[in-house]
Amino acid sequence: MKLVKAEGLHKSYRAGDVEVPAIRGIDFSIEPGALVAFVGPSGSGKSTLLNLIGCLDKPDGGRLSVLDTDVAALDRRAAADFRGAHIGFIFQDFNLLPVLSAAENVEYPLLMVQAWPPEKRRARVAELLEAVGLADQAGKRPDQLSGGQKQRVAVARALATQPKLVLADEPTANLDHDTAFRIIALMKKMRDEFGTTFIFSTHDPKIVGEAEVVYSLEDGRLIDQGGTVR
Amino acid sequence: MSRVIKLAARNLARYGRRTLLTSGLIVLGIVAVLLFIAVSGAFKGAVIGQITDSMLGHLQVHRKGYVASIDNLPLNLNMTPVQVTKVGQVLDGMDEVVAWSPRVKFGAMLSNFTETTSIRLNGVIPEREAIAMPGLAERIVQGGVANGLVERGKLLIPELLARGMKVNVGDTVVLVATNLDGSVNGMTFEIQGVLASATGPGGRDGYLHMEDARALLRMEAPEVSEVAVRLSGLGALEKAQAKLQRALSEMRNPEGEAALEVHTWEALSPFANIARMIDLLDLFIRVMLVGIVLIAVMNVMMMAVYERIREIGTIAAIGTPPGRILALFLSEGLLLGLVGTLVGSALSLAAVFALNLSPVTVAFGREQIVLAPSLAAGDVLLVGGIVLAVAAIASLQPAWKAARMDPITALRHV
Repeated sequence: MKLVKAEGLHKSYRAGDVEVPAIRGIDFSIEPGALVAFVGPSGSGKSTLLNLIGCLDKPDGGRLSVLDTDVAALDRRAAADFRGAHIGFIFQDFNLLPVLSAAENVEYPLLMVQAWPPEKRRARVAELLEAVGLADQAGKRPDQLSGGQKQRVAVARALATQPKLVLADEPTANLDHDTAFRIIALMKKMRDEFGTTFIFSTHDPKIVGEAEVVYSLEDGRLIDQGGTVR
Repeated sequence: MSRVIKLAARNLARYGRRTLLTSGLIVLGIVAVLLFIAVSGAFKGAVIGQITDSMLGHLQVHRKGYVASIDNLPLNLNMTPVQVTKVGQVLDGMDEVVAWSPRVKFGAMLSNFTETTSIRLNGVIPEREAIAMPGLAERIVQGGVANGLVERGKLLIPELLARGMKVNVGDTVVLVATNLDGSVNGMTFEIQGVLASATGPGGRDGYLHMEDARALLRMEAPEVSEVAVRLSGLGALEKAQAKLQRALSEMRNPEGEAALEVHTWEALSPFANIARMIDLLDLFIRVMLVGIVLIAVMNVMMMAVYERIREIGTIAAIGTPPGRILALFLSEGLLLGLVGTLVGSALSLAAVFALNLSPVTVAFGREQIVLAPSLAAGDVLLVGGIVLAVAAIASLQPAWKAARMDPITALRHV
């Protein structure tokens, strides 16, 4: 079973009267448990592709299935439910809720998206903070954490609901080199520990080398399809 | 839901100064409204109480046409003994009626043997009048009560007249009145007491015993000019009026019309218009409160949504249902209203308590009315309810906008 399967995928945006193609008929598939990188320069379509896989946007043409679900067929509410049930997100700017502590940020999807019972919720948060090495920072607010710590909290949050898939859009762009590697290493560790598929986008060639499967994008086209790095 | 509220509270605390300012504005509005309700209510209640408890009663029954000519106090429009008996029977059978008092009203000349002046008088059955008008005895500033109110051969006269005529308690005066047949009769009376003037019809009337009034007027039959009725409360007014009107409607005059009329105190006293103006002002100030809360909360919530677009994008992206995002922002607006309501109500109650510790006196006509403001739980709950409802309405549009926001657009927002 393919976790993600795209066939002839198209997506365009309108800029005034002009239609700008972002994705131009690409095909790819992603196996469960993979650590996949989409690489390419700015404007190559990486983020658009992640948005499509993450059910944040809909393709204009072609077919995209995630977990055997045709994401184009999901309406707004169903897409939100699908994301809440199956997909975790990690953002370039961490996007933690500033009024919540690290533990509460991790707890947020369990409480506001999936409504886990309190005991189970607390255990899951403790497990994840331990796994990302932030058990001792649980009570700190985002403004009391470093960039790397914030992104580790974001990784824990993305994994909170035990999603099949985690999408990370330029997760290391705002981190220094060492921290960036530690985050990718953490993602690998989490993949190994929880069996979650990680897809991330990056334009950093050093980080790309950490991925197991790499798709290179340029002008909305795949120029290197699924090359296995390791 | 408690977590939504907790998160909403934290978001409000995050913009502490703005939250404080907005809540302060709501608090100010609530204090203004509740204090106005308390003070204006106290003023209105005091004046209405005086009118109904010492002069008019809650309802009055007259022969048809009497009220239209009441300035002349016409003796030819008195109720007949049969009508009075019927009115009494009906009133005795009504649960809402606490007491009723028949009166003979007439105009007379009062002489202290050196000067003469006109006076409006009420002939009353003292025991009945004292029960029906419990505030009347309290208006006696000189002399005292006897026989329930006034003794045979004695008079209660208004303060201004006593001062103007230079008569005191115990002095003898002569009353001269024109009888129904046009003849004039005079009798001497002793001043039993002096009544403080009160604003409104009957506020400067004198009182004497019904039998004395009938003797002075050489009234052969026990006619009365009006029957003043005391009810269990103002709340029973409309129901009692309708019931009484219905019960008396069978009595017809030769023209085939209802022979008797039933009037509420509102129809007889000009203060009813002032009371209506106070109610109107009360409404205006509530509308202003609605405006204050609407603008303040809407402004804050629109700002909150605008400033947290990326945050909204994040929570939407990770799967927060639109309904929960809506609930989150609605809760913020409602919390603002709730905090304002609680603090505003507490401050208002404290202010009302303080006003009762050092009472405020206001002049109304020649009277000094001591205000005793109070706030009914219903008023506080109603104003609080209005604020919360308006806060919810004001938050709805920004909350709806947040819930409908496209996650991608929101996440791209700088």
